[in-house]
Amino acid sequence: MTARRRGRVAKVGPGRRDRLRAMGLVLPLLIFLGVTFLAPLGTMLVRSVYDPVVADALPATLTALRDWDGEGLPAEAAYEAAAREIGAAREARTLGQVASRANRLQSGLRGVFTRTGRDLREVAEGPWREAMAAIDSAWVEPGTWHAIRAAGERITARHYLNALDMQRLADGSVARQPEERRIYLPLLWRTLLVSLAITVFCLILGYPIAHLIAHARPRRAGLLLALVLVPFWTSLLVRTTSWIVLLQTQGVVNDLLVAIGLVGDDGRLSMVYNMTGTLVAMTHVLLPFMVLPLYSVMRSIPPLHMRAAASMGATPAQAFRRVYWPQTLPGVGAGSLLVFILAIGYYITPALVGGSSGQLISNMVAYHMQTSLNWGLAAALGALLLVGVLVLYLLYDRLVGVERMSLG
Amino acid sequence: MALLATCFAGQAAAQSITAVSYGGSYQKASTEAWYEPFAAATGIRVDVEDFNGGLAQIRAQVEVGNVYWDVVDLNASDVTLACDEGLLEYVDAAALPPAPDGTPAEEDFISGTLSDCGVGNVVWSTIYAYDANRFPGARPETIADFFDLEKFPGRRGMRRVPMANLEFALLADGVPAEDVYAVLSTPEGLGRAFDKLDTIKDQVVWWEAGAQPPQMLADGEVVMSTAYNGRIFNAQVLEGQSFVIVWDGQLLDINQLAIVAGTPRLDEAMRLVSFASTADALADLGRRISYGPARESAGPLITTHLETGVEMGPHLPTHPPNMARALRRDWTWWVDNQDELNERFSAWLAR
Repeated sequence: MTARRRGRVAKVGPGRRDRLRAMGLVLPLLIFLGVTFLAPLGTMLVRSVYDPVVADALPATLTALRDWDGEGLPAEAAYEAAAREIGAAREARTLGQVASRANRLQSGLRGVFTRTGRDLREVAEGPWREAMAAIDSAWVEPGTWHAIRAAGERITARHYLNALDMQRLADGSVARQPEERRIYLPLLWRTLLVSLAITVFCLILGYPIAHLIAHARPRRAGLLLALVLVPFWTSLLVRTTSWIVLLQTQGVVNDLLVAIGLVGDDGRLSMVYNMTGTLVAMTHVLLPFMVLPLYSVMRSIPPLHMRAAASMGATPAQAFRRVYWPQTLPGVGAGSLLVFILAIGYYITPALVGGSSGQLISNMVAYHMQTSLNWGLAAALGALLLVGVLVLYLLYDRLVGVERMSLG
Repeated sequence: MALLATCFAGQAAAQSITAVSYGGSYQKASTEAWYEPFAAATGIRVDVEDFNGGLAQIRAQVEVGNVYWDVVDLNASDVTLACDEGLLEYVDAAALPPAPDGTPAEEDFISGTLSDCGVGNVVWSTIYAYDANRFPGARPETIADFFDLEKFPGRRGMRRVPMANLEFALLADGVPAEDVYAVLSTPEGLGRAFDKLDTIKDQVVWWEAGAQPPQMLADGEVVMSTAYNGRIFNAQVLEGQSFVIVWDGQLLDINQLAIVAGTPRLDEAMRLVSFASTADALADLGRRISYGPARESAGPLITTHLETGVEMGPHLPTHPPNMARALRRDWTWWVDNQDELNERFSAWLAR
């Protein structure tokens, strides 16, 4: 007869009150994340598909345009509604926002709208088509009305189409942009390639450094770690401009090459204001993000493992490949993911040292946020990047497993 | 968020307002010429903040309804855009101070420097400059020389935006200044400008920030570069660089003071705008940095550079000999076309 085990295990772990108290501790963090991260992210994502400005300002015009077949010109009713609503929008000072949205669909419409708003004040009654045509001939071109109709979509895919270098044609079909205006897809592609290259460079440079630090004597390790960390703590701008000083054609590196006769004075190398500059400066800036996770993982690998492998007849290369490398994979994964994700969002460094060939997609996002005020397009570009990162994360999870990732 | 908002707003209650300007030497000059004297004269403290141009922050403040910037120093094209979008208050030109001889402000301001929302303050220009030490023989004299790689080989610095570069390309290609925007408005004209840029594209080093061109010239990274005239002036008189400005084909531009829509300190903001737009105040600025005044009556008051005693006249973009072949930037044209041209320019760069 087997003795019955004790039926009850003493209840361990937190009770309800303890759990609530613990929640109370993380609550500030959750609120902080909600306010500073989730809310802005959500707002921007909404902006990328939702734009009520034109629909709110020109409701009657858009209703009248529903009866329009898209060929020829719309009926007088549409002109009358447009004239009235443009006047009202001018009074309410929303005309500029309407105009800038129409302008994105057809260059020049901003001027047409503001001019029309100004000059219509002198027109008391119809026929409105003649009156508006007299102010600007754009009003008797179907393209103008197509643009208004497209800008009037409350929920719209046009920012995403735009971000993928596509456009909606007048008949509603989707087509690629003309070649001289295709810009975002090549830039997205370039951003991914550059980020990938930087990740690989960081890994190649960072792995031996991390190994050196992890297995050095404590005092030397501290010194080496400081060498990694001091640049990490230095201002990003300082580091970037230092690279300009080093790499420019009259810079330190070129002077040195000329002095030792490796290149002639006429043949100085262009290493900055191009892709080379972006790659060098960004690799340097992001290197610590690779070294630190690698270092912390490597430190936890007992040196005995390598010695054991050697004692059982493995060559150093075999021991590294079969014993050491697999154990560092969590650090490699964490470091690579960190560097890659930071790299695809980088923009100051490429803006300063990238010249024309070293620009990345984030520079366009910044442009649309700050200069053109096309936040919808900026949001769509940002959303595409976000999707890219999430896909990579899922791939990583599938292939390596996120639970194996270690940040030390 | 609302709590944060009240913190910021409370900080700037009644007796202090916030003025925002581009950093660097221009902000230093405007603080000394306008903001500090204004504070001394009225007892209203002026907090000066800097920004990099652009309207994103203003728009964010107006949309959220939490305006903590009051007076902003903006480029005229940004004022046009922001005024259309309802981000700025209307400014009544009749309320501005008259010239010392009593001429009403509307007549005294150079035409085009007053707009619905903006009061002109400085006229600056985009020019190109070179380092005299690098040209022992013949020197560049015209905008066409900038594009002439045979006569003057070497790398050129240009700002990485279509603005100014397209104008320079057409001017160098022989288009008269008054026709430049008409030609640019046609597809053929635009193609012509890009073709001209193509001829020097692989010799161009693109810059981003105004501080870069003097640095690149000093380092010998480029033999000549487009630049803002004030930056080159500073390098000339304060750092003793032997830079030479080529005024031929200069592209004149205007900055304006504007008031952010919905500011709770509208009266104080308007007082500051009036104070800073007197002829004396504009002349004071002109003696600190080589940007011309937006008022006729301020011109004669600008004598010598306060710090070095250099005669300012020849260094101002508005100096008559410098104006011989000047082009005024048509910012309404740029506001209408910048989205499309920026895309096209970026695509052209990437090719």
